[in-house]
Amino acid sequence: MSASSNPTLPGGPFPALPGRVRHFVERFRRGDEIAHVVTLIFAAGVILITGLLVYVLWVNSSASRHAFGWKFFTTSAWDPVFEHFGALPFLYGTVVTSIVALVLAVPLGVGAAIFLAELAPPRVSDALAFVIDLLAAVPSVIYGVLGIFVVVPFVRDILAPFLESTLGFLPIFKGPSYGIGLLTASLVLTIMIVPFIISVSREVLMAVPPDQREAALALGATRWESTIRVVVPFARGGITGSIFLAMARALGETMAVTMVVGNDPKIASSLLAPGYTIAAVIANEFTEATGTLYLHALIELGLVLFLVTFILNGLARLLIVSTEQRGGAGNA
Amino acid sequence: MNLRMFWRKAVNVIMLSLTGASTVLTVAVLFFILGYLVYNGGKDLSWHFLTRLPAPVGETGGGVANAIVGSGKLLLIAMLFGVPIGLLVGIYLAEFGGKTFSFVVRYTTDLLNGVPSIVIGIFAYSLVVVPMRHFSTLAGGFALGVMTIPITLRSTEQFLRAVPNSLREAALALGAGKWKTIVTVVVPAAASGIITGIMLALARVAGETAPLLFTAFGNQFWSSGWNQPVSALPLVIYNYAIGPYQTWHEQAWAAGLVLLGLVLVVNIATRLVLSRKTSAAR
Amino acid sequence: MASAGSVRRIETTQMNGNPEIQLNPPPAASNVPTSHATAADSLRFQISALKVFYGPKEVLHGINLDISANIVTALIGPSGCGKSTFLRSLNRMTETVRHARLEGQILLDGDDITGMDVVRVRRRVGMVFQRPNPFPKSIFDNVAYGLRINGVKQNLADAVEHSLRRAALWDEVKDQLHKSAYALSGGQQQRLCIARALAVDPEVLLLDEPCSALDPVTTAKIEELLVQLKSTCTMVIVTHNMQQAARVSDRTAFLLDGNLIEYQATGKLFTNPADPRTEAYITGRFG
Repeated sequence: MSASSNPTLPGGPFPALPGRVRHFVERFRRGDEIAHVVTLIFAAGVILITGLLVYVLWVNSSASRHAFGWKFFTTSAWDPVFEHFGALPFLYGTVVTSIVALVLAVPLGVGAAIFLAELAPPRVSDALAFVIDLLAAVPSVIYGVLGIFVVVPFVRDILAPFLESTLGFLPIFKGPSYGIGLLTASLVLTIMIVPFIISVSREVLMAVPPDQREAALALGATRWESTIRVVVPFARGGITGSIFLAMARALGETMAVTMVVGNDPKIASSLLAPGYTIAAVIANEFTEATGTLYLHALIELGLVLFLVTFILNGLARLLIVSTEQRGGAGNA
Repeated sequence: MNLRMFWRKAVNVIMLSLTGASTVLTVAVLFFILGYLVYNGGKDLSWHFLTRLPAPVGETGGGVANAIVGSGKLLLIAMLFGVPIGLLVGIYLAEFGGKTFSFVVRYTTDLLNGVPSIVIGIFAYSLVVVPMRHFSTLAGGFALGVMTIPITLRSTEQFLRAVPNSLREAALALGAGKWKTIVTVVVPAAASGIITGIMLALARVAGETAPLLFTAFGNQFWSSGWNQPVSALPLVIYNYAIGPYQTWHEQAWAAGLVLLGLVLVVNIATRLVLSRKTSAAR
Repeated sequence: MASAGSVRRIETTQMNGNPEIQLNPPPAASNVPTSHATAADSLRFQISALKVFYGPKEVLHGINLDISANIVTALIGPSGCGKSTFLRSLNRMTETVRHARLEGQILLDGDDITGMDVVRVRRRVGMVFQRPNPFPKSIFDNVAYGLRINGVKQNLADAVEHSLRRAALWDEVKDQLHKSAYALSGGQQQRLCIARALAVDPEVLLLDEPCSALDPVTTAKIEELLVQLKSTCTMVIVTHNMQQAARVSDRTAFLLDGNLIEYQATGKLFTNPADPRTEAYITGRFG
């Protein structure tokens, strides 16, 4: 920029400084630079908090990690007295309840999402989506209360006897049920994650460009055929992403599961048996943990939970974003 | 109409009904929850319930006054800690941010958002409870505050970006500096959206139990100051529901109704306001 | 602020070396108490060798132009010729674009605007945009905005009324100053934006296709307004509507592909253009 180094200009209080510096000082006095720096510091603060979280989890699980190494994930003993800690029962319970919940929730959720996005009239769709978003806002402890007083009796008195009498030859449905257990926890989780699957899948489906549908319908397809053969495949990345999101939610879900899973650190083959999940054991035993090793073992479980949900959420977001970009670019 | 055509039409109708049924089922669950809570909780809901302390074990009467106040105190700290951070960083991302740094910040925020709330509880325990050597309102508020950051951050950024650039240009052309433009034009234009975002965040953390289990911990009595264990509605619901006494179960229903009522009212109100705003802007 | 005094000067264009006498008679003295009613023929802007770069791309290639005081100068040219970029460089709005760079010199009454505090530049040189962009505030607060951010707290109501009168909007809104600006029609909103820009009493008003989003009746009203205002405020207007340029302006500059092709008295440019490219444009052979 020529002519800006002229020192005699009546351009403000600091005419003697070279142009660039003077602009900086003026912006500084006006508060622009301070604002930039302050907001930047806070932004760095967010990164700091997250980094600190990971650091805290890592450092405060060191005793357990050093004591057990990888065997932590393959042993079943959970014995605070003799300080033998193995995470296998919790991994088992967490994975089983989440998978069963997904098996039940995905057809329900994707089906409802398809209905809302493709088949229902727009005003009905919006109204129902509104209600479903409210479902996602219900606190998990309330789902837990319903779990204890509604689902548990249901499983104990109706569902379990039914399953035993019809499918009791299968190992997963064997044994008496007191109402609490892995199946009950899975049912409660199902109710909790269905709204997430619905709202994300619905948005992903609605982002599919209309010309895709129109092309199918113009070829004589029925609405269902256009949906299942054209729209859903186009959106399958995003729908898969919503499933990952729901799974991450299910894995980390604490309260509702703790209240109905039975809190028994054993690995049983039957779904009707009580079990334990990672989040549940942390919730129940953290304040009772005596001794560093015990506490560190629990925190190591927390670290595992963090890592798994981190990976799932990252994958989910990639899938959802890439589907929306395909929709925006308008080509399959 | 040949057989194949008939089959295709039949499938169409069947699938429409099935998917519709899933939707109705899901929606019915909400009304079922509400209905059950109102029925079971409504019986015990009274002014008495809202204003009394818990009764000694096994006795009737007693209420959740300390839990309501405790939740209020926790939310206050969460707000004081989480909202300014969310606001300022949202402003940074929408108005200042450089490309790579903004990407890192957004990615980290999403990461923080996805952390299970019990792990946030562990974090707050290590950072606040351990140095202080006891459970406290501060620790619980800190945990909830960490959870509000990603929510307020994202909604602030979203609503600031939605403000059309022409408004910023008009202010700049009148001689306003960048920060002045943000404060006098952009933020006021996005204000209603930002406020609703904050309220939704608070409604969300108000219902969280897990992060409070080993930070706020719970309290039978009034909690004075900010560094004592404190009761909270979700904690009370949890403890009463898993307890052995019938009176406790009844109180769990009633407290659950109070919590759900608050959360739903805030959610419905803010979403209605937001949808009216977006349709008015079109 | 350097004033040209009362010396009558004959300005020269730098394009073809012929002395050009200003077409219109000197402006009559107005009753409006502003300090910008300078003598005729003085120059508001002296622009030399102005180049603008958006990143590596050179968008304006060395423009030399002088803008006279208290007249309306029009900038015409096909889409993408750089007329908006040129206009925005006059109040340094090009700086809002990342990686935008300026070379050359722009003097405002003798002061180099790149050496000044940008806030002061924008108080002296106001801007009205293509689409009306009132703030989501009341009519009063819109007009008062510029004053308030410059620290003016007293007599706001008088200043607001004065601006609204200058913009020929006062009679229509005087009873509803506290209503939202969005309640006004498009043409009223644009006049509100003009009032808002005038409130800080700029020496120059830049208008970037101010009527392109408005209907013909409203456009006529605003054109009338601009002609009235020029005696107290220098105006530079970018327009893609040549008839508008012919109606409203005293001098016209024709830009093409980032170059200044021709610049002279409006009447002369439209009836007897010196450059064949100008003639091709105004007769509609391209655009």
